[in-house]
Amino acid sequence: MKRLVLILMMLATPMFAVQPDEVLDDPVLEQRARDLSTGLRCLVCRNESIDESNADLARDLRLLLRERLVAGDTDEQAIAFIVDRYGEYVLLKPTTSGSNVFLWLAGPIMLLIAAGVGLNFLRNRARAHASVETKGLSAAEKERLRQILED
Amino acid sequence: MITELGHFALILAFFVAIVQSVVPLIGAAKNWTGWMAFAEPAAIVQFLLTAFSFGALMWAFIASDFSLRIVVENSHSAKPMLYKISGTWGNHEGSMLLWVLIVTLFGAMAAFFGGGLPPSLKARVLSVQSAIGVAFFAFILFTSNPFDRLAIAPFDGRDLNPLLQDPGLAFHPPFLYLGYVGLSMAFSFAIAALIEGRIDAAWGRWVRPWTLAAWVFLTIGIALGSWWAYYELGWGGFWFWDPVENASFMPWLLAAALLHSAIVVEKREALKSWTILLAIIAFGFSLIGTFIVRSGLLTSVHAFANDPERGVFILFILVIFIGGALTLFAARAQAMEAKGVFGMVSRESALIVNNVLLAVSCFVVFVGTMWPMVAEMMFDRKLSVGAPFFNAAFSPFMVVLGLVLPIGAMLPWKRGRIGKTVWSLRYAFGLALAVSLLVWAMQTGRSALGPVGLFLGAWIAFGAVVDIWSRTGRNGSLKRLFRLPGADWGKAVAHTGLGVTIFAIAGLTAWEAEDIRVAQPNQPFDVGQFTLTLQDVRQVEGPNYFSTTADVLIAKNGQPIGTLHPEKRDYPVARMPTTEAAIDYRFLGDLYVVIGDQQADGGWVMRTYIKPLANWIWAGCILMALGGVLSLCDRRFRVAAGARKTPVGGVPAE
Repeated sequence: MKRLVLILMMLATPMFAVQPDEVLDDPVLEQRARDLSTGLRCLVCRNESIDESNADLARDLRLLLRERLVAGDTDEQAIAFIVDRYGEYVLLKPTTSGSNVFLWLAGPIMLLIAAGVGLNFLRNRARAHASVETKGLSAAEKERLRQILED
Repeated sequence: MITELGHFALILAFFVAIVQSVVPLIGAAKNWTGWMAFAEPAAIVQFLLTAFSFGALMWAFIASDFSLRIVVENSHSAKPMLYKISGTWGNHEGSMLLWVLIVTLFGAMAAFFGGGLPPSLKARVLSVQSAIGVAFFAFILFTSNPFDRLAIAPFDGRDLNPLLQDPGLAFHPPFLYLGYVGLSMAFSFAIAALIEGRIDAAWGRWVRPWTLAAWVFLTIGIALGSWWAYYELGWGGFWFWDPVENASFMPWLLAAALLHSAIVVEKREALKSWTILLAIIAFGFSLIGTFIVRSGLLTSVHAFANDPERGVFILFILVIFIGGALTLFAARAQAMEAKGVFGMVSRESALIVNNVLLAVSCFVVFVGTMWPMVAEMMFDRKLSVGAPFFNAAFSPFMVVLGLVLPIGAMLPWKRGRIGKTVWSLRYAFGLALAVSLLVWAMQTGRSALGPVGLFLGAWIAFGAVVDIWSRTGRNGSLKRLFRLPGADWGKAVAHTGLGVTIFAIAGLTAWEAEDIRVAQPNQPFDVGQFTLTLQDVRQVEGPNYFSTTADVLIAKNGQPIGTLHPEKRDYPVARMPTTEAAIDYRFLGDLYVVIGDQQADGGWVMRTYIKPLANWIWAGCILMALGGVLSLCDRRFRVAAGARKTPVGGVPAE
């Protein structure tokens, strides 16, 4: 039984994200690799970048990325190389091309609309005659007020 | 037998809920006192029945009754008691039962504390709340019955996901649900007010404590979840912009907006229709959150049970409640005329800016969360929207919010002058700038993120201090400070908390340091100002796991300051390894050590992180929650309960 458990443990030993043997000797290049890999998605994981993930595939991608950087690719070239092979699904930060314009502009446009509506409302409030505030009470409210005053 | 009783109690509660969602509503429409009064005992009975049912399920988990399907799937006899109990809600069926338990709990509390509410409003609120209960009782009974028995009971269970076997996570779902479902109370009040056709300052005062409570619970729930992620996932991340996290964050943002706009309703009788709309949408986002988690529509870290059929059911609930509410809103909104008059520069307008920023930032999170699905369905593009998008698209809103917050918080009601308010904040501004310049001078050649974020955080926190100080009056009498209403203290404390959290997130993101290496036993190495020595690695047996535990000696300036024990655990039943990071919690920054695999040369992979200001993130959250609690304790909420005791229409003479 104990041996079985040990074998199971060996099989299930967690792999970690970036391993010491992956780290490049050139610290500048390594830093670039780290920065780029936080923006790439591990394809078999749920919402994890390859920098955080411990999946084998993420390790392969990390090694591939470093290979490209060592080969002299710029950041853009290295990313393009990976996107060509794995599709835009690997990009955690979606591009601004095509329909993604909606995604990126949704916030600013909504802000403009909301600010417009808010400003319009404020203008109305500022202009509204103070008479609104002192329009007087309804009959029922007057009755209630009279009750309170008498109490 | 207890299981069957639990199941039966749940069915009874379902029927009580159906009756309660109809009878008081008719009573309120016809002005029949008896029918209206039915709501109160019904709400309490409904809660007691559901509580009994939940207790029965919990008993099955405690006693390890493996004839129940969900106990087999989520428990194990060797599991520690705490996790047997928390296993009750660590699965789909149980968590839905917890959800509906909280719906009935809030209903019962409204019945219990709602003495000051006009009877018709109270009847309608309890009716709507009960209708929400009906939907979820039906969901549980028809699609996800927790009391499902197995024909042949196995000897032992399959254990709970080991990642969930953690004290932080044991209490994360209950708090989160208290928050989600707390918003149902604001929703019920909104619908009741729409049916009633009357929204005034008193309504704002009644709805605010519920929203405030929901927001406090959400804050605690989210903070617990993020703290758990920080120490459990093995690399110290605290926020991932995961769909499920977003699902809890969106209601939080909207609840924050709602409790600010309710202030305007309460004090100035303006923004009424917006506040109603916000209450509807906030609960809508709670439902959307449940839908996202339960349907598995968006894959995420903790979709522990998902099933298209259940997703469709929740989608129906969402469409019926939110669709119905919005229709009602459209029909009745014109009736709510704003009363208060105020200038362009005033507290009211500042609160509108707050609402615009919170609502739009919530919208950004929503679009980002749903975009992968929309893009796939409509544009046939399979893409991801991850943390880098949210950091870029969401953060600017928080920066603007942070900049205007201290000014807006101090503007007078009705009409103010920006210059005067800004001048009174000059010391806060100077101090924040000094903090920011100091760290800018100390760091060498790094990004501007740290100093800017620290400025923002300090500006909000110091601004809150100036705000509360200004309440001492001209001669600064401290005595007056103690006599301030709870709401004023709550405001200052919660704003300070937000400042502290922003401060910490900026510091952590900007100055985190990391070291990855193969550590040889007894060979010291330096990380930052610390010296670490891997002394020993042992095999240890836990109650339901095996652990590889390392002893790491930590020294600072040559002086040993302690030993850390990072672990790698393996849960044989669940067949899952976990990492247990060892963290030396320090005031200015944590030392975070993780042990990895043994290498061929006998060394061990070790990762060491220095996490500046990490604790402050959660300290800020605690302050925010505390601010909410202080505000809840405000005497005015209790006194206000008596306002409008006799409804204006008059009670029929008995």
